[in-house]
Amino acid sequence: MPKITFKIDGKQCTAEDGQNLVEAAADNHVYIPTLCHMKGEKCLGTCRVCMVKVNGKDMAGCTLSVSEGMEVTFDTPELNDKRKALIEMLFVERNHFCPSCEKSGRCDLQALAYRFKMHIPRFRYRYPFFEVYSKVDKLMLEHNRCILCQRCVEFIRDPDTNRKIFSMRNRTNKSMIQVDYRLANKMSEEQIDKAVAICPVGAIIKKGQGFDEAYGQRKYDQHPIGYEVDGGTNSK
Amino acid sequence: MPQKITIDPVTRVEGHGKVTIRLDDAGHVEQARLHIVEFRGFERFVQGRPYWEVPVLVQRLCGICPVSHHLAGAKAVDEIVGVKPSTGTQLTKPAEKLRRLMHYGQMFQSHVLHFFYLCSPDLVFGVDGDIATRNIVGIAQAAPELATKAILMRKFGQEIIKATAGKKIHGISAVPGGIHKNLSIEERDYFLNGKDIPNIDTMIEWSAEAVAFFKDFHAKNQTWSDTFAAHNSAHMGLVSKDGGMDFYHGNLRVVDSTGRVLLDDVDYHHYLDHLGEETKSWSYMKFPFLKLQGSQDGWYRVGPLARVNVCDYIPSKLANEEYEIMRAYTHGKPNNMTMHYHWARLIETLHAAEVMKELLNDPDLQKTNLITKGTKTAEGIGVIEAPRGTLLHHYRVGADDRVTMCNLIVSTTHNNNAMNAAVTQAALDMMEGNTTITEPMMNGIEVAIRAYDPCLSCATHALGQMPLEVTLIDSKDNVLDVRVR
Repeated sequence: MPKITFKIDGKQCTAEDGQNLVEAAADNHVYIPTLCHMKGEKCLGTCRVCMVKVNGKDMAGCTLSVSEGMEVTFDTPELNDKRKALIEMLFVERNHFCPSCEKSGRCDLQALAYRFKMHIPRFRYRYPFFEVYSKVDKLMLEHNRCILCQRCVEFIRDPDTNRKIFSMRNRTNKSMIQVDYRLANKMSEEQIDKAVAICPVGAIIKKGQGFDEAYGQRKYDQHPIGYEVDGGTNSK
Repeated sequence: MPQKITIDPVTRVEGHGKVTIRLDDAGHVEQARLHIVEFRGFERFVQGRPYWEVPVLVQRLCGICPVSHHLAGAKAVDEIVGVKPSTGTQLTKPAEKLRRLMHYGQMFQSHVLHFFYLCSPDLVFGVDGDIATRNIVGIAQAAPELATKAILMRKFGQEIIKATAGKKIHGISAVPGGIHKNLSIEERDYFLNGKDIPNIDTMIEWSAEAVAFFKDFHAKNQTWSDTFAAHNSAHMGLVSKDGGMDFYHGNLRVVDSTGRVLLDDVDYHHYLDHLGEETKSWSYMKFPFLKLQGSQDGWYRVGPLARVNVCDYIPSKLANEEYEIMRAYTHGKPNNMTMHYHWARLIETLHAAEVMKELLNDPDLQKTNLITKGTKTAEGIGVIEAPRGTLLHHYRVGADDRVTMCNLIVSTTHNNNAMNAAVTQAALDMMEGNTTITEPMMNGIEVAIRAYDPCLSCATHALGQMPLEVTLIDSKDNVLDVRVR
């Protein structure tokens, strides 16, 4: 694959032509935060936290491919505030109660809130009512914590039919993930573990399991999110 | 003219409460009440949560004794996953010992916090001492060595919690059927070698000094210590099978004010057969009582004084020697002197230190068999002796693993009636016959409440602020005077 050069905030970067911008930035030690994008997987573009400016337009970074001479604006007060606002909106949209969440310390949303120094959201909490869905044998769906990133929808599929096990239903603020419980009951332990792991928040819970590692000693308790990319030099 | 005095909120306690005292035309105390005016309602919002989340969720009831709620919840959830001694399935020895280490560490730090940070200003400077210095900062200035030891003792207990649970407050240790990590040699040696913090032997030594401190205070202030806010009551606590003091597990025993055993060897799973709860319109805190004696007469005390009164011995050498001295003071009969809560609390502090030493030297803490599972059930009850007294958690879960019922009887709730009795007695001691109410009188009322180390947040599951406003109101609700501090 031919190498190209592009710029992020004036910094000269190299990448493979057509490489995903978020991944190309990471290869050049620039951490563009995301909640839906997963390295090597197809772009979902649902969370918009990876917002950058290209040719004067705000765009989701994970939906862009780099090209020769491309100039990307990423680290500006305006864009950082928009990203922070998006994170705040995700917090007020549902009922995120970190203190007893199994994902706390491993949660990408919580980690980004810390990275962006979110102390209190600027928006009003909406306090929607969601029941925990518990009809699947081995997992639960905690809709209160879901950010509708759709990672589970796209990347967890029935191995025999390739059908989606998780899917979206409803629209606007009534949107929610639903699960095909017949297919879900066929899921292997490994597949359940994968679903729990790729969920960026604590919305997918493995029944009867959890709290196997102390708070305070978890992944993001040690280093802020994105540390492996930028060494924590660009925390906002 | 009849008057109503309000102390709102009560200071140097955990949480938010207020006191009202009604005086009749002649200035006699007619009625005194401790009102708990905060409410959060954990029993309701635990419903619907996955059962394995309970020990982590419920510890948010409190920032002072989260370990107690964590472990009481864990004991209940153990039973839901089939770990229940009566069924033949029990925790592994390392799991129980690690939980005990965490719990005794918490007992140690909580007792130290209460005695030195919250209560010692009253003892060192007097109930009527200058309000500007009657606080922990005043203690630090007047007795820096005492304050330093208090801080390092509390730190020791909190470091024990951190070593077992990852964090000093609101960590994770217990999981259904066990515990998620053991104690490494390196973590253990931190508490034994004295390189980074004073070691466990120093903690035992300082705890013994604290007991001596109280005994010295008592010798110099015997009448006040023995009579202030004193009242007769029954006493309840867990004791081990052979009657020893045990903070983690045991059966319930209740003795009355004269030493007559009202209940003994009661499996706490049958608590509903023996304990009732009454509600009153003027407080969010319920009023538990012994069904045997009814709601009027069946109230009792829990906590350090009650535990010393119900147990036959303390299973550690130095603490047991102090226990013998304390029991001898009342000729082996139950001690009903409210201010002696402090004495009992410091003996327990010494006991906790001794138990921690024994556990830290136990090689079981480095073993790896940490979790047990049995046959799942739909109900679990966990009871533990928290710093402030007997703590009860009771849950039922549905077939989908979500909690359907939660009942909590928190230590401070058990003491509700007793605290009201102490407030009444203190009001009689301090205010009877006086026409003006002074700040020291108000503090005297608080001293009576503080002896119980109440956690009003736990009792109603809320948080509070600590300014103090006292309002004098006549019988027609006219405000006669307002004092703010």
